[in-house]
Formats: sequence, C-alpha cells, structure tokens
Amino acid sequence: MTMQMADSVSLAAPDAEARAKARAHAEAARDNLRTEPRPVRIIIIALAMIFLSIFVVLPLVVVFAQAFSKGILAYFAALAEPEALAAIKLTLIVAAISVGLNLVFGLVAAWAIAKFDFPGKIFLITLIDLPFSVSPVISGLVFVLLFGAQGYFGSWLRDHDIQILFAVPGIALATTFVTFPFVARALIPLMQEQGTQEEEAAISLGASGLQTFFRVTLPNIKWGVLYGVLLCNARAMGEFGAVSVVSGHIRGETNTMPLLVEILYNEYQFVAAFAIASLLAMLALITLIAKTVLERHLHEGQDPSDH
Amino acid sequence: MGLTLSWLSVIILIPLAGLFLKSLELSPEQFWNILSSRRTLNALRVSFGLAFAAACVNLVMGSIIVWALVRYRFPGRRLFDAIVDVPFALPTAVAGVALTALFAEKGWLGAPLAALGIKVAFTPVGIFVAMIFIGIPFVVRTVQPVLQDLDPEIEEAAGSLGANRWQTIIRVILPSLAPALLTGLALAFARAVGEYGSVIFIAGNLPNVSEIAPLLIVIRLSEYRYADATAIAVVMLVVSFVVILTVNRLQRWAQSRMPAR
Amino acid sequence: MTIEVRNLVKTFGSFKALDGVDLKVNDGELLALLGPSGSGKTTLLRIIAGLDWPDSGELLFNGEDALAQGARERHVGFVFQHYALFRHMTVFENVAFGLRVQPRAIRKDEATIRARVKELLDLVQLDWLSGRYPSQLSGGQRQRIALARALAIEPRILLLDEPFGALDAKVRKELRRWLRSLHHEIHVTSIFVTHDQEEALEVANRVVVMDKGRIEQIGSPDDVYESPASAFVHGFIGESIELPVQVEGGIVRLGDRPLALAADGLAPGASRLFVRRHDMLVGPPGSGAFEGAVQHVRNFGPVQRAEVALSGGKTIEIDAPRDKELRAGDTIGLEPRRYRIFAG
Repeated sequence: MTMQMADSVSLAAPDAEARAKARAHAEAARDNLRTEPRPVRIIIIALAMIFLSIFVVLPLVVVFAQAFSKGILAYFAALAEPEALAAIKLTLIVAAISVGLNLVFGLVAAWAIAKFDFPGKIFLITLIDLPFSVSPVISGLVFVLLFGAQGYFGSWLRDHDIQILFAVPGIALATTFVTFPFVARALIPLMQEQGTQEEEAAISLGASGLQTFFRVTLPNIKWGVLYGVLLCNARAMGEFGAVSVVSGHIRGETNTMPLLVEILYNEYQFVAAFAIASLLAMLALITLIAKTVLERHLHEGQDPSDH
Repeated sequence: MGLTLSWLSVIILIPLAGLFLKSLELSPEQFWNILSSRRTLNALRVSFGLAFAAACVNLVMGSIIVWALVRYRFPGRRLFDAIVDVPFALPTAVAGVALTALFAEKGWLGAPLAALGIKVAFTPVGIFVAMIFIGIPFVVRTVQPVLQDLDPEIEEAAGSLGANRWQTIIRVILPSLAPALLTGLALAFARAVGEYGSVIFIAGNLPNVSEIAPLLIVIRLSEYRYADATAIAVVMLVVSFVVILTVNRLQRWAQSRMPAR
Repeated sequence: MTIEVRNLVKTFGSFKALDGVDLKVNDGELLALLGPSGSGKTTLLRIIAGLDWPDSGELLFNGEDALAQGARERHVGFVFQHYALFRHMTVFENVAFGLRVQPRAIRKDEATIRARVKELLDLVQLDWLSGRYPSQLSGGQRQRIALARALAIEPRILLLDEPFGALDAKVRKELRRWLRSLHHEIHVTSIFVTHDQEEALEVANRVVVMDKGRIEQIGSPDDVYESPASAFVHGFIGESIELPVQVEGGIVRLGDRPLALAADGLAPGASRLFVRRHDMLVGPPGSGAFEGAVQHVRNFGPVQRAEVALSGGKTIEIDAPRDKELRAGDTIGLEPRRYRIFAG
C-alpha cells in the first residue's frame, strides 16, 4: 500500500509538469481566438504609431517649431502686424456669419429630414453631403461664375453697386457653402434616433410647434448642436481653397488668416507665416479637445441598454 | 420645410446649376478640346492617379491603425486616437506649409530622405504625401465604429469551427468590414482629388508634372479663361457625384446585411 | 463522449461566476443548464467550449484533460445565442465554413464538402434556403442554420447557448420539439443553457439547476420539479407559494399562529415554507392548516386563480380547479397537499 502510494506520487510529478505545459499551450490558443501573437501585436502597434507620428504629429510640431524659430519676441511681433490683425478680425467675422447661418438652417434641415417623410428626402440628404465631397476650389468657382464680372448676376450687381466677389459677402457665402453640412450632419442621426414620440407627447399635451421645438427637441440635441457648431467653426476659420478663389487677395482687406499664411509663406516670411499658422493649429487642437469632451457627453445621452 | 428646401437650393443648388449652365455654353467640341489639351489631361491624371494611390495607402495603413486602436491596449492609445482627427481639423493651408517645411530639402524628414536620394517636396511624391495626410481620418473613422461593433461571437464561432486566426481574419473579419473599408477608400479618394490647400505648397506646381486639377482651375480663373475652369470643374464634380452615389450604395449594402434582431 | 467538470472556479473581477462546480455528463445525454441570469450557466458552457478559461479546476473529455486544448482543437459544436452567422456568406457557405478551414492535409474535396453540406441542410430541413443570406432568414431558420453549421465539423459535443432565447413563443415551441427529435437522431452529447424552466423540463434528459455560480440540484425533469433539493430550486421551478415561518419545538408557526403541519426533523429557527399553487386544497373555513379570505378570482385556462389574504396578514395566490365555487369575500380553509420547509 505504501509502495503504491510512493509510486503514484513519483509518477504524478512529471505528469503534472506535462499537464502544466499543455495548459500553457492551450492558454496561448485561447489568446489566439480573438487576438494575435505578441510579436504581431507589437508590429501592428508600432506601424500605427510610426505612421501617425510621421504624417500627423510631426507636421503639427513643425508649425510651432518654425513659428518660434526666431524667438518669442519675433513671434508676437509677427502677430501684432496690422496685416495679421486685419486677417484675424476678418476670419472671426466670416466665421460668425457662416456659423450663424448654418446653425439656423442646419437645425431646420435636420429637423425636416429626421422627423418627416417627404418625396425627395434621399436627394436632399445627398445634397447636404455635397459640399463635403466637392473640391473647395469648385465651391469658390461657382460663386465666381454667379457673381463675377461676367457671371449671371455680375452686371446686375455692378449696376446696383453691390460688391460680393473680392469682398466680405463673397468670402462669407463661399465659407457658408463649404461648411453647410456640419450642423445638419451632426444632428440628423441624433434626431432620427430620438424619434418623434417625445414631440408627439408634447403636442398632445397642448404645446405649440415652437414650444415643442424649444422645450423638447432642442434640450435633447443641445450637445449635438454644439458639436456641429464646433466643427463648422473650425472649418469656417480654416477654409482656404474656396475663399482663395473668391477673395481677390486684397491685403489688409480680404485676406483671412489661411490666405495670409499663403502670402507670407510665398514671400519667404516664414516666422510670420508660421506664427499665423500656429494660431490656426491651436484652434484645431482646441477644437479636437472640445470635440472629445462633447463626444463623451453625446455618448452619455444614449440609452445604455442599446448595447 | 419649404424654408429648408429653398435655403438648400439657394446655397447649394443655384451655384451648382450655375456651373452646369456655364458648361452648357460650351459646344461639345470646345468642351472636348479643353479637356483633351495636354495640360488638362496631365493635371487630371496627377489628381486622380495620385489620389487613388494615396487612398490605397490610407486603406492599408488606416486598417492597421484601426486594428491597433480598437483591439489592443497600449500606452498613448487615447492620444493617438484623438490625433487621427488632426488632418480633418487642421486648416489645409497650415497643413500645406507644415508638410512642405517637414519634407523640404532642409526639413526634418526631407534632409535624411535627400541623403538617400529621395526628393519629396516640389515633386509628385510631395502631392502623394499630402494626399495621404489628408485622407487618414476618412478610412479610420469609417472603419473604427464597425470594427468596434463587430460581434465577438462571430470570431468565436469561426474559432470553434476550427478556423485559425489568419483564416478568421481573411474569411470572416475582412469581409464583414468590406463595406466600411470601401466607403473609407471612396471618401479618402474624393477628398484627395479635390484637395487644394495642403497640396499646392508641397507640389512644386510644374505644369504637366506636378500640377493638380484644382490648381489648374485657379490658374485658368486668374487668366479669365472661365470656360476652361468650368470644363475641368464639371469633370471633377461628376466624379464627386459618382463617389457619393457609390458611398450611398455601400451604406445600403452594409445595412442590408444587418441582422434584424 | 463523457464530460467531467471538477471543482471549476471562475471569477470576473470580484464577481464569482463559478464557485466550485462539479458535474458529470453522460455519453449521448441531452442536458439542460438552468438558472437565472448571472448564475454562471453560460460561463460553464463557454469553458467547456474553450471560449473561456477557468481560474482553477479540471475539465475532462472522456477522461482526458480538455483544458490542454484550445477551442479549435476540441471539436465542440457551439450554437451562439444570437447565432453568430457570417452575414457576408450564404447559408451554404456558412455551413461549409468549418469544412473549408480544415488543415489542407485532412480537408475534403469540394464534391465531398458539397454533399456533406447538402446532407446537413436536409437534416435541418432547410436545403431550399442554401443560396440565401442570413439577413433574409427568419429567426427560427437562422437558429437551425447555426445548428447545421456547428454539426458540420462532426463535433464530439454540441453546446447551445440559450438556443431559443431570441425566438417568439410559437416558433420556440416548435423548435424545442424539433431539437429533441434531432438529438434522438444524431445522439451527440449535448448541453444547452436556458433560463426558461419549461424549456429545460420539456427538452432535456437531465436538468442542472444553477444559482450564484453553484449547482443547486442535478436530476431528471421530474426530480427537480417534484422534489426540489433547496429553497432556491423550489422557488425557481414551478409556481410556488413562499411563506416565512418559524420552527420551534416541533411546531411550525406563521407569524404567531401555529400551523397544523408536521415539523419532524426540522432545525429550529426561521424557515421558509414552499407549496405549489395547485397543491393548496380548498375546503370549508377551519378545515385546513390555513384560513383566509378570497380577495379576487379570475379564470386562467383549466384553473381559477384566487388571491387569498391569510389570517396571518400575507396574501397568496392559489390555483384551484374550475368546478370549485370560489367568490370574492368567501372565507376558506386551505390545506397543502404537499409542502417543503427549508431552513433559512
């Protein structure tokens, strides 16, 4: 009996070892089921990080490095130039106009698309997306064709002494066109998801259409609205192609910040060009941070039982 | 609602209709002559060819980035996730001057590349680089949510049926992502074709070699050759339409595969 | 194929999904794992399949250590709760998948694969759907395709996770019967997970009742229904009346009222009394262990269900035959035909 015991113990030791080995193998197999071996993982992560670093991080860093290459004083001196100040002012005005217009009409368009069915709805959705996929240069071109000296409204405008092209209205119009999709695009899925029940409840309780909109619909989508406005603003301030075509490049008058970057760069005033560029880059970074925060709010608003 | 439609037509339809009307003023012959001129053809070739090549690079690299961001946990993951949107948020002119400074012969990356005999800035390669930059977010942001929502049971099912990891990826995961991958490719392509600001600084803009179609439109406009500008624009606009329609179809294709749970 | 589970433990963070589970599954058996959500039944199933791994414990297939194998080496057919059909493949390709991904050395030729898939689609009676995509199928059809796909690899064990959970009531009943006859036909050792007692009792040869990561009872459907081993099983299976009682000196009390019920061998202290609804016999006032006033009566299929306020203050629901005259306001006596008292 004791002999047998000893036997089984001495046998059990290598057996346990073999089993532990087999288990380790199987644990690795478990990892394989939904992920890759460690070396592959490391290569993929490295590729992703290197690619993003070269193509995204470095350009961003270069902007600030160049802007401060002659020191902080040179940087601020470049920003204090009257030309720079004029460009900043014009950019703010244009952004305010186009964001304002697109806020109102983006809300209405999203409302119409999300809450009603009507013929041509798909066509409308396609139209809203169009400025996203059209070259900004073409967006500028169409306004030149409309309001330019030889354009369809050109002579009429000249007779009434209204300047659209090569002036603030043209820049604002082109910017509005290019940034049109942002607010509507941010709101359509949100409003579709929320459906019409709450609005119907409000109306059945005696609220008017406007009351329903301001008391029920708007509070539900406020983060979405902010999100759309944020992206719309970033693009409005940074728009280059379309504005470049319609602005006429009149220094101190119709140069927005991106246009001024181009002019200064072509004149080899690199510090000045990158100083303005750094402001726009900061705008982009702030926009991204705010966007991340807003996205968190948007996801909180969703019904967690969906998943 | 009437308001919506009229606003839309004012801000979008009328300008576009204007463009097509203008192009109708040209006789088919004139139209053809403009398009078939060597400079136009070369500009279109540069824009479409390089945009497609850049979109393909983005498809591959974008998939790798999405895979790393969604499937793996590593330090800095959230930061890199946020960084993907930079090309989308950074004004194109800023991106243009930054990429040029980076890849110029004395730039941080340009100098080592020049030592290897590779010239990026002011050549078609520069256009290619800028188009890659501008297209990254489109592939990543269309594929990412789809991979995130991919039912883990699908992979477990493939595994329990005996498929190895490679078979699971090739036969199950990639086909499931196909509509999103193609949508991302189409969006990145459309964006790169029309891109202006981030390209013109680094391009060199040598006619027939490194001149993109949008730049040629601007040049024709500044020469008051509106007909030429319009003809090129119409071609590009038609391509945009085709891309949008393709994307819409892809979306419908993806939806039709959704299980009705 | 027999399956043996020994002292399996699995925790997710601080949550104990399996807390020392022992189980033997016989060859060719159709076993149900029954329990509420969070009882650990799905975790147990996934560990058997190789989709999850225990923290400790053993899993033996025919006496061999199965934990030494990964999911794809175990030859276990798994039918997922939401079927996990490959959306981009036709029904035919879904079923063929397991055959197509076999290592080249043992992979069958195309004609053999086609014949085998056809055979399986015939088996689940859906050969006419072979060209369709999963999105074009009804829930019940998807379920059967998922089953055919799992059977394609000639599994040693068939595991089904809530196989009828996502189906509507009528389809569910049909599929239950169909699954039982299919099992009869193919006779592969099968385990399915369910939270629906009716399903478990109707389909399985044996039922394993689980709660909080532990096995409460293993037995035939009759066993678990007729002689529940614990308060949990009695409460979970069948519709029971549950009353808090005190056992003291051989007497069972409800509140301060002694009940004329035998308390032999019961530990003194707070206990719970379980009676099936239909085991409460109605008699004239003063005739049984309980007395109460009928509050409300409604007909419920072959029985009438009455709400009765017991004189102890508790209100219970009983099922009485339709021919028994019961009216709201009546005072009645109630005698439990069968009952169980569990400590705690």
